[in-house]
Amino acid sequence: MLRFIVRRLLVTIPTILVVITITWALVKLAPGNFYSGEKRLSAAIEKNIREKYGLDKPWYQQYGKTVWSIVGHFDFGTSLRFEGQSVNTIIWRSLPVSASIGILAYILALIVGITAGSIAALKQNSKWDYGSMALAMLGISIPNFVLGPILVLIFSIGLYWFPPSRWGGFPSRSLVLPVLTLSAIYMAYIARLTRAGMLEVLRSDYIRTARAKGLSEKDVVIRHALRGGLMPVISFTGPALAFLLTGTVVVERIFALPGLGNYFIQAALNRDEPLIIGIVAFIALTLLTMNLLVDIAYAFLDPRVRYQ
Amino acid sequence: MSADGRPDHDELIHVAPEMAIAETEVRSEEAEEFVRGTSLWRDAWRRLLKNKLAVFGLVVVVIITIASIVGPTLIKQIFGFTPDFIPTDNVNLTQSFPPFTGPNGEFSWQHPMGTDNAGRDQLARVLQGGQISLLVAIISTLVSLLIGVTYGAIAGYFGGRLDNLMMRVVDVLYSLPYVILVIVLLSMFRSQTPRGQLILLFVAIGSVSWLTMARIVRGQVLSLKNQEFVLAARATGVSASGIIFRHLVPNTLGPVIVYATLTIPQIMLTEAFLSFLGFGVQAPLASWGSLAAEGIQNIGIFPWQLIFPGVTMALTLFSLNFLGDGLRDALDPQMRTV
Repeated sequence: MLRFIVRRLLVTIPTILVVITITWALVKLAPGNFYSGEKRLSAAIEKNIREKYGLDKPWYQQYGKTVWSIVGHFDFGTSLRFEGQSVNTIIWRSLPVSASIGILAYILALIVGITAGSIAALKQNSKWDYGSMALAMLGISIPNFVLGPILVLIFSIGLYWFPPSRWGGFPSRSLVLPVLTLSAIYMAYIARLTRAGMLEVLRSDYIRTARAKGLSEKDVVIRHALRGGLMPVISFTGPALAFLLTGTVVVERIFALPGLGNYFIQAALNRDEPLIIGIVAFIALTLLTMNLLVDIAYAFLDPRVRYQ
Repeated sequence: MSADGRPDHDELIHVAPEMAIAETEVRSEEAEEFVRGTSLWRDAWRRLLKNKLAVFGLVVVVIITIASIVGPTLIKQIFGFTPDFIPTDNVNLTQSFPPFTGPNGEFSWQHPMGTDNAGRDQLARVLQGGQISLLVAIISTLVSLLIGVTYGAIAGYFGGRLDNLMMRVVDVLYSLPYVILVIVLLSMFRSQTPRGQLILLFVAIGSVSWLTMARIVRGQVLSLKNQEFVLAARATGVSASGIIFRHLVPNTLGPVIVYATLTIPQIMLTEAFLSFLGFGVQAPLASWGSLAAEGIQNIGIFPWQLIFPGVTMALTLFSLNFLGDGLRDALDPQMRTV
């Protein structure tokens, strides 16, 4: 187990370096410069800017400096467009927004998805099964940027229940629509995964044994079937995190929330180089750490999984 | 028979591996037909037709595809305007009208989906957007198919260290937040022309969505490469690339087609996501994603500007997902994961 964790860590660190390098290269290789705009700068000003941001140095020094300050000091530098704010400040300020939406959406998706998926599996081929699976397919097929505005149309503009946009703190009514929008697709995926996993487990021998020894149906389902049936859901956590991150980008744009995703899009549109590299590196780090934790949890939960 | 007169092995083997294990009952019923070798496809087609949802999906996808291709031309023939026609004859006409409404608020067939802010016909815009969305989805899927199949087949066939290395690379790429990197790529290398941006989009999306395909093909090739027909091919002196592309790859076609069908809606969604955020297709070209992005600006006043492109896209994705699921059940009954 320890060896497995160490090995995974040894893969994770170079992966983060790969992400930083790819992002750095994309940003640096792009035509033009972040300071080049409509107005042509005089040579003296351009020289000053290049000196200030270290652009006069050779590329390997610039690269080395970026990587070292990120990996060595966890310092992403200063934003170019949000003047005087360090990238670290922006990340720590916007992270709670993204994290609260993402975590709430994932919890909601787990509760609804597992319930719906289990019911569908237990009553296979009933109207419950077809109904929830049709809904799940719908959830997978409706893009979140269509679902979000439709929810706004119904619940904000129509019924005046929830605010249509903006961040109102945690917890507040302004969270409801973004969380619903974000969680729809995961509810659908988790319901489908739960159904498939449960169907397979319910046919297995140990469930037959549990039933044969006279356990109540409730005990069979909750104590035996769910444990095995939820393995696909747990292994979906890794990809789900990646999807959640991209999902929050859209949801934060739709609802004008000051989260990580929204800052990332602004940085990409404004060519705010340190902010782009910082957010991408931060996202990669979060993603890989979470994936590692999921894998470890998986190994603990499923004794059949043996890591060499 | 192949071109040079030798019996073509993959034609005979085509039906063997998956079908023989999974579909014993079909095999005994139609043993006659099974020997002939085209029956894998005929059989799959028959099973697909039995699946009502898949047939529904197929019909809707075909209708939307045909409508997208011929629709804008047809509308021009009937009503005389193109998707980017901005009316200038009347001040009233450069406004957004609700569906089925004429300039004076009366019922009219002219704009079944209403008009957008500039008075352009929404139906024509949505259909033209469909062309771009479908084009990006199909071409990006082909790009990912090309990379994934080649990569997976090479890794699977040569095996050993090379396979280990190649699959480790796939593992690393899997854990990258690739959509984020695609956004960085598209925003940094923004093309000056809409056409250039479209090509960039094909390449960017295609080159990040081949990973699962590579894994599937590798798995298939691993299980196929020790069979007699490969040994026979090797014995008659066929080169490695010949074995891979003429004997192994055609035998992986079933799972590849299934997975490609399921990739199309995913890629469509990625494209719409990128266009929605403003990194995808550029005006004057439009896709469903960029139409939705325009529509969301006026969601409170002119909701039909978002609803029609959005619902058309959701319907297409819904149908493609059902079709993909149906194809999977029909072609590869063993591969029933979500």
